[in-house]
Amino acid sequence: MAEEGASGFQIHPMDQFIVKPLFGGDHIAWYTVTNVTLWMAIAVVAIAAMLMLGTRRRAIVPSRSQSVAELIYGFVYNMVEEVTGREGVKYFPYVLTLFLFILFSNLLGLLPAAFTTTSHIAVTIVLAMLVFLGVTILGFVKHGIGFLGMFWVSSAPLVIRPILAVIEVISYFVRPVSHSIRLAGNLMAGHAVIKVIAGFATLVVASPVVIGAVTALYGLELLVACVQAYVFTILTCVYLRDAVGDVHH
Amino acid sequence: MATEVLDAAAAAHEAGHTAETSSGMPQLDITTWDNQIFWLLVSLVAIYLIVTRVAVPRIGAVLAERRGTITNDLAAAEELKLQASEAETAYNKALAAARAEASKIIAAARADIEADLAKATAKADAEIEAKTAVSEKRIAEIREGALESVTEVAKDTAKELVSVLGGKADARSINAAVAARLKG
Repeated sequence: MAEEGASGFQIHPMDQFIVKPLFGGDHIAWYTVTNVTLWMAIAVVAIAAMLMLGTRRRAIVPSRSQSVAELIYGFVYNMVEEVTGREGVKYFPYVLTLFLFILFSNLLGLLPAAFTTTSHIAVTIVLAMLVFLGVTILGFVKHGIGFLGMFWVSSAPLVIRPILAVIEVISYFVRPVSHSIRLAGNLMAGHAVIKVIAGFATLVVASPVVIGAVTALYGLELLVACVQAYVFTILTCVYLRDAVGDVHH
Repeated sequence: MATEVLDAAAAAHEAGHTAETSSGMPQLDITTWDNQIFWLLVSLVAIYLIVTRVAVPRIGAVLAERRGTITNDLAAAEELKLQASEAETAYNKALAAARAEASKIIAAARADIEADLAKATAKADAEIEAKTAVSEKRIAEIREGALESVTEVAKDTAKELVSVLGGKADARSINAAVAARLKG
């Protein structure tokens, strides 16, 4: 209460996103081991543990941990198969890699004092560009110049086809932007809001309400973490369908 | 493709590296991008290797094996069911055969018994007939004897009656009278 009077609330909701070197120093070179490195490494270790430790007995009747690994495998596999069709199944490992990284980064970021790697545009834009460039290159490799037929809406009247083509091209190039900002924005906003509300806990009067609100928001953020991983993955599948499936519209 | 992004970020980093904690969103601090992107690519490659080298083959094999096991078990169950129904058919056949055999044996036994019975009945009938014949003969003899006795008694009685009444009757006329009476 005394602090309140002196300097107002000391709430720094964005401080949690600062990239810091782990072993001191100010300069951040591309190879510097930072908190980004730490939390990505934790995500990799967690993924490895889930995928490798749980399944190491290769049981016909699965244990609980093996069931989790099989569940995620089946979930992503079915998603790829349903959305992109049989043709897309060979890109399943790439999709699974993206899904696992995003899901684990999102969930690990919810641990107190954690750093959320997927809340950074730098990370999500690379993920989105990997999908965007991969899909575009794959489309041209598979269909040649016919891949451009995707922008020519043959079911529309001839007059408005050029207009639609312009809109389609714009929407195609906006894809990686929305794809990446959706993920980073959701996570950043959620974490920042939790931090802001938690900052009010220094007010004794407000603290019971704050604890309740933070608990509720935390539950919501758990949902957001899973849903955003799912959304990113299913959009990846949808984009992939454009490349591997028939050129439609 | 990602190396282009990496190069661009590195260039930006070299161009102007100012204070790390600039005000506003740390996300927009372009100086940390190369670091994040580098470690992101390292992590993605690591996850990709884990996924393709270990997880996908292993889990895929387990799922395929499970599917195979289930299919095999279902086939085995189907076969066992078939065997069970075959066994049931065989059992029913055996039961029917046994029943037929039993009824045959019963029929044979009944025929034997009937034959024995008929023989015994015939023998008994023959004995009864023989006995009846003997009895009839004896009855006829007895009847004959009785008739003779009646004549004798009638003659004696008539003689006695005549002598009691005071008559003197010779035997010959009485005999003749009794015989005439009996005849009539």
